[in-house]
Formats: sequence, structure tokens, C-alpha cells
Amino acid sequence: MAEHLLEVRNLSVEFHTAAGVVHAVKSISYHLDKGEKLAILGESGSGKSVSSSAIMNLIDMPPGRISGGEILLDGRDLLTMPAEERREVNGRRVAMIFQDPLSHLNPVYSVGWQIAEAMTTHGLAGSKAREEGLRLLRRVGIPEPERAMRKYPHEFSGGQRQRVMIAMALALRPDLLIADEPTTALDVTVQAEVLKLLKELQRETGMAVLIITHDLGVVAEIADRVVVMEKGTLVEAGTVREIYKNPQHPYTRKLIAAAPGKGVMHEPGARAEPLLSVRDVRKTYGSFEALKGISFDLMPGETMAVVGESGSGKSTLARALLRLDEPDSGTALWKGRDLFALSPSELYKLRRDLQMVFQDPTQSLNPRMTVFQLISEAWVIHPDILPKARWRERVAELLAQVGLSAEHMSRYPHQFSGGQRQRIAIARALALEPQLIICDEAVSALDVSVQAQVIELLDKLRREMGIAFIFIAHDLPVVRDFADHVMVMQQGEIVELGTIREVFETPRQAYTRALLAASLSPDPDAKAGCPEPPAADAEILIPKRSH
Amino acid sequence: MTLATTDNVIAAEPSLLVRMMRMLLADKFALSAAIFLLVILAIAIIGPSWLGDLATKQNLRGRNLPPFDWTRTWVWWMGADALGRPLFARIIVAAQNTLMVAAGAVILSSVIGTVLGLIAGFSSPRTGQIIMRLADVIMSFPSLLIAVIVLYVLGSSILNLMLVLAITRIPVYLRTTRAEVLEIRERMFVQAARVMGASSKRILFRHILPVVLPTLTTLATLDFAYVMLAESALSFLGIGIQPPEITWGLMISQGRQYLTNAWWLSFWPGLAIILTTMSLNLLSNWMRIALDPVQRWRLEMKGGKNG
Repeated sequence: MAEHLLEVRNLSVEFHTAAGVVHAVKSISYHLDKGEKLAILGESGSGKSVSSSAIMNLIDMPPGRISGGEILLDGRDLLTMPAEERREVNGRRVAMIFQDPLSHLNPVYSVGWQIAEAMTTHGLAGSKAREEGLRLLRRVGIPEPERAMRKYPHEFSGGQRQRVMIAMALALRPDLLIADEPTTALDVTVQAEVLKLLKELQRETGMAVLIITHDLGVVAEIADRVVVMEKGTLVEAGTVREIYKNPQHPYTRKLIAAAPGKGVMHEPGARAEPLLSVRDVRKTYGSFEALKGISFDLMPGETMAVVGESGSGKSTLARALLRLDEPDSGTALWKGRDLFALSPSELYKLRRDLQMVFQDPTQSLNPRMTVFQLISEAWVIHPDILPKARWRERVAELLAQVGLSAEHMSRYPHQFSGGQRQRIAIARALALEPQLIICDEAVSALDVSVQAQVIELLDKLRREMGIAFIFIAHDLPVVRDFADHVMVMQQGEIVELGTIREVFETPRQAYTRALLAASLSPDPDAKAGCPEPPAADAEILIPKRSH
Repeated sequence: MTLATTDNVIAAEPSLLVRMMRMLLADKFALSAAIFLLVILAIAIIGPSWLGDLATKQNLRGRNLPPFDWTRTWVWWMGADALGRPLFARIIVAAQNTLMVAAGAVILSSVIGTVLGLIAGFSSPRTGQIIMRLADVIMSFPSLLIAVIVLYVLGSSILNLMLVLAITRIPVYLRTTRAEVLEIRERMFVQAARVMGASSKRILFRHILPVVLPTLTTLATLDFAYVMLAESALSFLGIGIQPPEITWGLMISQGRQYLTNAWWLSFWPGLAIILTTMSLNLLSNWMRIALDPVQRWRLEMKGGKNG
């Protein structure tokens, strides 16, 4: 079996926690050949990261324990190898890049120093290492590599940091690169560029790539083969095309069906009296203009999607509308009254009509309150909505409405999964019987299949209760099935505003087209285009060292 | 999903008191600490009226009587002090004053400090600045110096002692609370409460305070020991508790000159202070876990195994 570069055989990993033994990975086997790109696809808790951490010897033992199996690299078992040799393998033969480069780069050393360190640790002279580091930075497309060498991690953007991480990983020309959710934290256009870079580098060096992701689009974009994991077991393996066109396992089918952007597009109804009419809202932080004159109308019961990359001002807009931050100028007429001019007591009454669902339900629910307390707090604050005797009954109703059961009332938020927590947050927003709910990236932190369920829930609420939504997202496909209108924002300005059909089928602006093109399709035959990267002098990496 | 089933499910959950008792039983250290503190509390209440006379009666023939003389009655088992007074009885009698001063000072300083800290962290930057500078002023004075001046001017009584010690400890709580509030007020759930229209008072006391509280209780138990010793320092200078009143701190400082030949004079009251603060620490550690819904399972699981 020596022809496989990496072979994982019957690997089992368990964690000893106070709640008992958790079998994170249950006897999985897969292999990877030289120059191959394998994706491990799975949702959170599927064990996909644990299996790759085992390869890099990154599992904390205890509480973790590799309870069985072997990991063969060129036929040699990594798990029985002496620690000294194992370290030699890490970095030199196998390198890894992580999801969040900011937390994996040391903030107190310059980037150049950190790239060189990887090489000097494995016995390269300092000056040589520096030279090599410079070449790598240039190759991964960092502008002004000379200066970049002396900069610190916080001075780079997210995409650039990920490029720096890739440069570090490639420093020793590994045979295998493990990428753990390499683009999850990045904007769509940046994600497309980083994936393109990874593909190019893979072609040049002929290294094998093991990419761990929850995103079918990433799989379709980069991988040759894919293994699908669910709850620690490997449910399906095959080429990307096979899996997408002809999934065998029900879980894989569910995952593929959950990918957004396939449903029927909404057609907005006739124009009526707007519920909310925003005119020329501006907000600056110091000299930074976060909002440069935003204007739009929202009809009752309608959904306005606000799409933009990080820093486009979409969250600032939401916070301004709710008066969490005071805007500098502009008006927002809510049924004819200006939200920005309300006194605190008038604002308090209006809070009932405007609610918000936040991005991360783990943080937006007070960890020390039970579900009952969380939801009924709305009625403590606004006592005229509901008499106290009916609270319990109404909480049960609301929970049923969002797909939870009344027994959940006395539990605390940490006892729920991410999707359930977001349902609780939605139930809390509904408790005030609002007419407009602002969802700030309300589904971005959720797994794809959960995301689909939450969007379905929101859609149901809209149909049944006529609630209007402002739905903020960084990803276009997510909003396609749900919104009536889309507003594309870039650097504090509205780039394009139109109905879903207009924006998706005939985008007028180059930026919108770039955003649409950068969204990854889960269909491997519909390869996403990529906006041309800035012309970097494409220097070819030195051919791979033979061993 | 009918309501009848809901009520049944909720009724099946044991009440908070029962759950607390179960969790206390699950942690043997916290249980012993709680029992010890209850005993100390009982002693503090009945001590002076029970052994008051015995503890102050001099017996010059029994000066510095060594401990572990089992032939005598139990009050002499810990030995006697320089004037031949039984140490065991004195410790029991001193418990009342000691606990009153320490608990009084700690409660007073923590309540005032926390409230000021909440205000400083949550109100306008200007109010916050004023409160913080006041705290700096208190901090920059050596606390014993303030105590000496105040007690000299006002005369020493248990109440004044309590007040003085409280004032010197306020900045500790104030600064900790403010720092935590500044962080917590930016958290999502506080924003969420604001969106619902919650008043500042509600946000402070319902959302922020419960998160700060565990830190503060830990701080308060540590401070308990500090205050007991600070009180003994003041008593040593002659401006704290005045004999014939006694506290554990005073007993330690009275035994200081006999340390080389009669160690027990300082040792027993010292042990009492150590055991009390240690019990408080263990109990507050237990409380921190028991009151945190995210951590609570650790105790409930253990209880399940034992039962």
C-alpha cells in the first residue's frame, strides 16, 4: 500500500470529558495520493478537524486519546513514531493552515521573522531563510513584500493574513498541506482569490492538499475527491462529481439539498405606503466614513436583503436604525415618524415594533437566564403586552412556533445547539410582536443544513405574520430564496438596489457581478469565476525537492 | 403540545433549594466548609454570654500554660495566655467581635464598591472619571494611615473600626467591577436587551451584575482574611479593639512577644483565622460553580454518582 502518500486506517479518537467518553472519530479510513486534492466535508461536530489534528499530533492528550488505527505517511505509521521524528515530519513533510490566521500568527513578531522561523527551525541559515521568505511572500501575492516582511500580523487584512499563513506553510515545501477551513472567515471575493492561489500553488509544487470544510462550494472549487463525515463516522467517499450528481447516503443528500440558492425567487408585491423610509443616513467614526448617505424604502411585509463584504457598513446601518449607535445625519421615517429624532420615552414604545436577531446566538442570549426568562423579559420590559398569568402559555406558543417544545422553557442557552439557540433568539424577537425584524448575519454562524431550516422558519413567519425583514448577509446565495429586494453595499455606499430577479439575473454594476461570480456553486461543473487578481509577478516556485 | 404536559415537566424538576442542597452534598469540601462556618457562626452568637466571664478571669498561677493538658477541663486544652486566661474560651468569645468587624467591613466595602463601580462603568465618561479619581485618592493613602487618623479623631469603637476598614477596601471592588462592566456592556446580550427597550437599571442589575458577581464573591472572601489581619494591626497600635474586648487579630498580636517560648498564644487564633477564610474560599468556589448554569452540571453529575 506504499503508493498512497497518506493513508488513515480505522482511526478512532475519543475524548474523556466529565460527561463521559465522547467518540469524536469512529474508525474512519481514507487515503490521499501524491498531488491529489482531497476534501473532508462535514458540519460542526462531525469530527473532521479532529481527524486532521491527529495527523499533525495536535490533539491534547489527555483529555483526547487515539484509541485505535494508524496514520501512514509513505507507509510509516506516524502514531508509533518517536516524538523527535514526528516533529521532523511536521512542517517539513506535512504543513497546516488554519481557519483564523490572526490567532495562529504570533502578534509580537514580524511576519518575516515568523516565516523565517519555520525554516531556521528545520536547519536553514538565517539570511537564506529571509531571502526565501521574501520570495514566498511575493509568490502568494502580498503587495510590497520587502516592507511586508517587517510588518506585524495585525497590519494585514484577513485575506492577506491567510496568504501569509500559506507562505509559512509552504516554506519547507511540504508533500502534504492540510487546510482547516482556510477561507471560512473571509469575504466571498477574497475567498475565491485564496482558493485560486491554493490551486495554483498545488499545481506548481505537486503537493497533496487535504482541505477540511463545511462548504460544498469550496469542495466543488478545489477538490478532486471528497469524503463526507457525520458525527465521527465516514458516510460517503468518492469524486466530487459523483458525490454531487449521485449522492448515496441520506446525509449527503440532505447537505446538497440544503445548499442555498436553488429555490424560486420572490416577486415583490405592488408598491404601497412604505413602512420604513430611510433617507441619506451618514455616520463617521473619526475620519472614517462608515455610511455615506444611504437611502431606501421598505414596504410592509417585505424583505430587504443587505449584502456586502466586511467593512461595507451594513452592520453600522442596522445599529443606526435601532439607535444602538447614533447616526450623524439623515432621516428614517417609520410610519411617518423620524426614528432618529425620537426622545428616549418615545423610542422605548417603538422598540416593540423593531426587533433584531444577532449573528451569534451564543453571545446574544444571556447565559445565566433560562429560556423562559429570556423570552418573557420582553414582557417585563413592556408590561402592557401580556398579563403575567399568560406568560407561560405564550412562551410555550412561541417556542412551538419556532420549532422547539415547551419543555425547553426551563433550560439554559448552553444546553442547545447553535441552530436551536438562534430559534430561541427569534422567539424572543417575536415576543414583542414586532413589525420589522433586522437580522444581522443571523444565519452566517450556522451549519448549512441548519441555515436552511432557520431561513425556512423566517420565511414562514413572514408569510403567516406579515413581518418585514431587513436581512443582512455577506453571501448572496443565502438571500436569493428569501428576499424581495437586494441592496448591495460597498464601503458605506449602496452600489446596487433592485429586486432579487434584477440583481441576480441582470446585475448592472461591476461589483455586484464580481460578488455573484465569486460565490461558489456546489456544482463542480459550474466553476465559479474569479475576479482577476492584481498582476503579481508570478514567479514559479522552485521544483519540489526530491527525497 | 398542551399546557398540562408542560406544567408536569416543569413540576418534575426539583426546586432550587433542593438542587442547591444536592450540589452541596456532592462537594465534600464545600460541605465541610459550610458546616464549619455554621459552627463558627453559632459560637459567635452565643460565645460571649456563655464563656465571657471565664475568658476574662485572670489566673496568674496558670501563666502561659502549655496546651494539650488533658487532665484539666476542655477550656484549658489549648493552653492559657500571659495572664493565665484559657485560650480556647478566649477564641470562642473573640469570634463575635472578629466576625462582626470583618463581615461588616467586607459587606460594606463590597456593596459600596460594587455600586460605585457599576455606575462608573455604565454612566457617562465624566461621572466615571470622577469616581475613579476618588478611588485613586483613597488608594494613594496608606490605608493604615487613614485608619490611624480617623480612629484617633473619632475614637475607637467596633463600628468606627468597621467603617474605616470598609473605606480603605472600597477601591478594590470599585476597580474590579468597573473593568468588568466595561467589557460586559459591549457583549451581545446587553445589546439585545437594549434593542428590547430595557432600561439602564434593568441592564445593570439583571444582565451585567450577575456576570460580575462570581468575581466579586471570590474577591470578598479573600478580603475577609485581609480585613481580619488589618484589624489586628490596628489593635496592635492600640487604636483598634480595646481590651478587655478581644478579637482573633488582637490575640495574635498579644502573643507576639511570647512567640519564642509560648507559640500557642498566637498559633490558635491564627489557626482560627486560617480555617475561617479557607472555609469561606471553599464555599465561594462552590458557589461560583453552583450558581453558573453552564458549570452546574459538574456538581450535579458528581452528586448523581454518589447517590
